[in-house]
Amino acid sequence: MGNKKEHPIVDFVETELVQVTVDGKPLWVSEGKPIAAALLQAGIDVFRFTEKRKAPRSLFCGIGQCNDCVMVVDGIPNVRTCVTRVQAGMVIETQMGLGKLGDINETM
Amino acid sequence: MISMKQCELLVVGAGPAGLGAAIEAARLGVSVLLIDENDTAGGQLFKQIHKFFGSKEHYAGTRGFQIGQALLREASALGVEVMLNARAVGLLDDGSVAVQYGKDLIQIQASKLILATGAKENAITFPGWTLPGVMTAGAAQTFSNVYDTLVGKNILMVGSGNVGLIVSYQLMQAGAHIKGLVEVLPAISGYGVHAGKIKRAGVPIWTKHTVLEAKGKRRVEEVVIGEVDDQRKPVYGTQKTLEVDTILLAVGLTPRVELASMAGCRLGVERILGGHLPVHNQEMLSTKDSVYVCGDLAGVEEANTALDEGRLAGTAAAEALGYSDAKTADKKRCLVEGLHDLRMGTFGEKRLDCKSRVIEKWSCV
Repeated sequence: MGNKKEHPIVDFVETELVQVTVDGKPLWVSEGKPIAAALLQAGIDVFRFTEKRKAPRSLFCGIGQCNDCVMVVDGIPNVRTCVTRVQAGMVIETQMGLGKLGDINETM
Repeated sequence: MISMKQCELLVVGAGPAGLGAAIEAARLGVSVLLIDENDTAGGQLFKQIHKFFGSKEHYAGTRGFQIGQALLREASALGVEVMLNARAVGLLDDGSVAVQYGKDLIQIQASKLILATGAKENAITFPGWTLPGVMTAGAAQTFSNVYDTLVGKNILMVGSGNVGLIVSYQLMQAGAHIKGLVEVLPAISGYGVHAGKIKRAGVPIWTKHTVLEAKGKRRVEEVVIGEVDDQRKPVYGTQKTLEVDTILLAVGLTPRVELASMAGCRLGVERILGGHLPVHNQEMLSTKDSVYVCGDLAGVEEANTALDEGRLAGTAAAEALGYSDAKTADKKRCLVEGLHDLRMGTFGEKRLDCKSRVIEKWSCV
């Protein structure tokens, strides 16, 4: 939900901005941040919709344990966005349901 | 691709416990491989930006992330091999550990194994708890303190243990507005010094209150809280609606026992220490003679206890491998006494009782 300025305790190192694509739209984000952090900073807070009830999901545990924040990244579904860092040119998509197995086979 | 790797001691988990274990074993001359599923070592120390309490030996006055950096330097100076992005996915019948490393699977054969797999945060459920904006307090802490990202602007914290209190304060430091804390118990459960900091800033702490419902379309927009009676049942007519975009859950942690359980370590239940945990002796040996356990896995406490349990496990494992010196027995005794001291006081006594019971259970197996 936006950048913080001047943290009183931590000196955050500014990283370079890189371009990624989120649901077809270009977005500039800080390199090396987890995808989830980059998206939250850009005001994007729904990462996927569940298979059965199409309910929105987002960040939950933040350390790669719960799998709630998964999205489709470079064609691979179920990528944990809280522990996967942003790289230039990444194609990030909101995941609908469980993701398709075919997506994985193509990428591998 | 499957490849093989051998070492004398494999430590799983590079948080404070795993680092402490690796450091002490390496100091005695053991060849140590330390693996962690994350891309950085240090575990949850890196989100702890507050100063630690206690004595000089326990890094009093030093902030968590600085302790993490110091431990990493020490481990690397002692020649500990650290493998990151390496997730232990299973223990095989021959005692080797299957590790997923990128797209590869590595089979690691170690004479001794130290598990320091940590804990996971608990959640409570209520209508609307799956909405974006409801998450663990640890997630908010990690994102704010490590990734410079606030997960919300107007926040309700659920739980007044030390995690709830400290994370509330840290999010305020980063610019968030904490609307209040709810605590289902009749009294604040964390340290007074942490509670004081947020109370002085005017943040209300509602004891005997809980979350009844989170409302919102695509994310949390408001939360309904209410009073509970002695049976923790909501009291009719006490509901209050707050405008928040985020609800953080700080409702305890549970040891991550999967690997220990797979290794065949006998588990016991200690509610105060987080539930199921592998029972162990005073020197952190589990019921399997090649497997040691330490840190939050062996009972959820705090970082200093985890570090010293790790040091103890590392020393004991090294000794069992035939590495010891004139000071080893003394060192173990000091660590055991130090752990005892860390569990003194009103807050520590219950944990001390539980730990004694765990050790007693081990001797009965």
